[in-house]
Amino acid sequence: MIHRIPSGTRDVLPEETREVHVITEALRGVFEAHGYGEISTPALEYEAVLARADMAEARPAYRVFDESGAVLVLRSDMTVPIARVVATRYPTVEPPLRFCYVAHCYRGVRPQRGQPRELLQAGIELIGSPAPQGTAEALTVMCDALDAVGLKGYRVGLGDASLFGALMASLQVPERARPELLATLARRDFVQLEGLLAASGLPDDASRLLLSVPQLRGGPEVLAGLPLPAAEAVSGMRQVHELLPGEVAERVIFDLGLLRSIGYYTGAVFEVYDPALGAPLGGGGRYDELLGRYGRSLPAVGFALGIDRLHIALTGEERGTGALADEAGGSGTGPTHPAREEGTPR
Amino acid sequence: MKPPTNGLMIAVPRGALFEDTVDLLASLGLDTRELRNNDRKLLFEDIGVITMRPSDVPTYVEAGAADLGVTGKDVLAEQALSQGAPGEPHGSGREVYELLDLGYGRCTMVLATTAGPDPAAQALRRLGVMRVATKYPNIAAHHFEETGRQAEIVEVRGSVELAPLTGLVEAIVDLTATGTTLRENNLVIREEILECTARLIANPVAHKLKARAIDGLLERLRAGGAA
Repeated sequence: MIHRIPSGTRDVLPEETREVHVITEALRGVFEAHGYGEISTPALEYEAVLARADMAEARPAYRVFDESGAVLVLRSDMTVPIARVVATRYPTVEPPLRFCYVAHCYRGVRPQRGQPRELLQAGIELIGSPAPQGTAEALTVMCDALDAVGLKGYRVGLGDASLFGALMASLQVPERARPELLATLARRDFVQLEGLLAASGLPDDASRLLLSVPQLRGGPEVLAGLPLPAAEAVSGMRQVHELLPGEVAERVIFDLGLLRSIGYYTGAVFEVYDPALGAPLGGGGRYDELLGRYGRSLPAVGFALGIDRLHIALTGEERGTGALADEAGGSGTGPTHPAREEGTPR
Repeated sequence: MKPPTNGLMIAVPRGALFEDTVDLLASLGLDTRELRNNDRKLLFEDIGVITMRPSDVPTYVEAGAADLGVTGKDVLAEQALSQGAPGEPHGSGREVYELLDLGYGRCTMVLATTAGPDPAAQALRRLGVMRVATKYPNIAAHHFEETGRQAEIVEVRGSVELAPLTGLVEAIVDLTATGTTLRENNLVIREEILECTARLIANPVAHKLKARAIDGLLERLRAGGAA
């Protein structure tokens, strides 16, 4: 008999489980070695509690009623539950606090897209350590973790969630025009962004900056020679970069257009890319306002890696058939690597 | 010799946009002879081109099987308006970056009915709903929702013009370039919904990892007079 399970969920059988364990144990080892203690929280929480956070697109999608009629949701990430834990269980403990997790989260999906409803994530939260030191620590732990898993070709995109807003403010974009411009950038529709800017009545040089700055990405050279408003907005990224160990720093691609779909990020944001996969393996950033919403105002930073995507990227790297072979690395010097390896696209 | 696309893999749409797209690639210095002459082959590895239906281009680019792709705004808009996850009014579409309006393949998404008194307006007034045939159910549904009208969308796969002539529906939503097909079937344009042109799209990860190759190509496309 065949019995169906919901789309976007799946059974994990022993062979895959063994491979996944190798990955998660490597991650746990790195997290533990950096002083991050693993915690578990319930998959079900009160909707009213999780809704204190601004999750934007990643908000919980599955609701049930309990015996008394209260609304429960399946968590959609671990950052918000950990913010709750910090406020509730550690109300007076001296920061910084370091937590890690390997846990399932639940997201709504668009039909027919192969998106997971249930995803296994591993990550850390560093609570009470401000920018730039805390951000640099999180990036360092993340790269150590990816190295431990055995990933070779990955790169880290580093941006700032507040950059485009700051740029719009400094260029005196009218308040009422800002949400649409930001939403258009979030969709990465640069054609519409150009059209909106052309119709906005902004001075030409301001429009040009608002279109070109979020398309800048590459090595440290993209931070040099920026016009003043943008240069102010990226000084934080430069400070983080200076604190990184060399082997982490050289993985970084500065990306002045990087935005994450979760709403609570306030400063530095980052994503992991691997030539073997067409989508980010994970990411994170600073969420300095989130803990305050739960009653313990502390700056914080964290990241989550998608275990399934890590697994796909690892097998892709082993096969050497990554569809997205890397360029020299955005340093702007030296010859470009052969941009595509032999073989058919993945 | 390295192909002039800097080692990028480009998804090229077969169909109405094919000729202009191949001309564009040729203007970049790509050897497009085999591409033009062999319409059965799908993978042209030596020049970094794969060919497919226009509506499949976003799928390949999103997955990273191609770094860049060319497809119509109609395809992108239709897929962007596909049913959203709970809490979103509409899906945010494929995870691809829309980099450049290539200017060619210009056409308009229109609402059309048979000539004479507007049967769609009449149906709406007397029956409270109009029936609309289309190959673009999401764009059509979105348009009627935005304009506060009730419509029953009938999805068809080809020859949309036939549907109002047989009484299947009162109106159609379809793409038209010159209006000839509409006129030949005694149909008139009632509303213009969306201007569509060919767009250059990119995979998000390729956009970071192959930034220089992509930016170099973009610069040459802009200099080459793309809109």
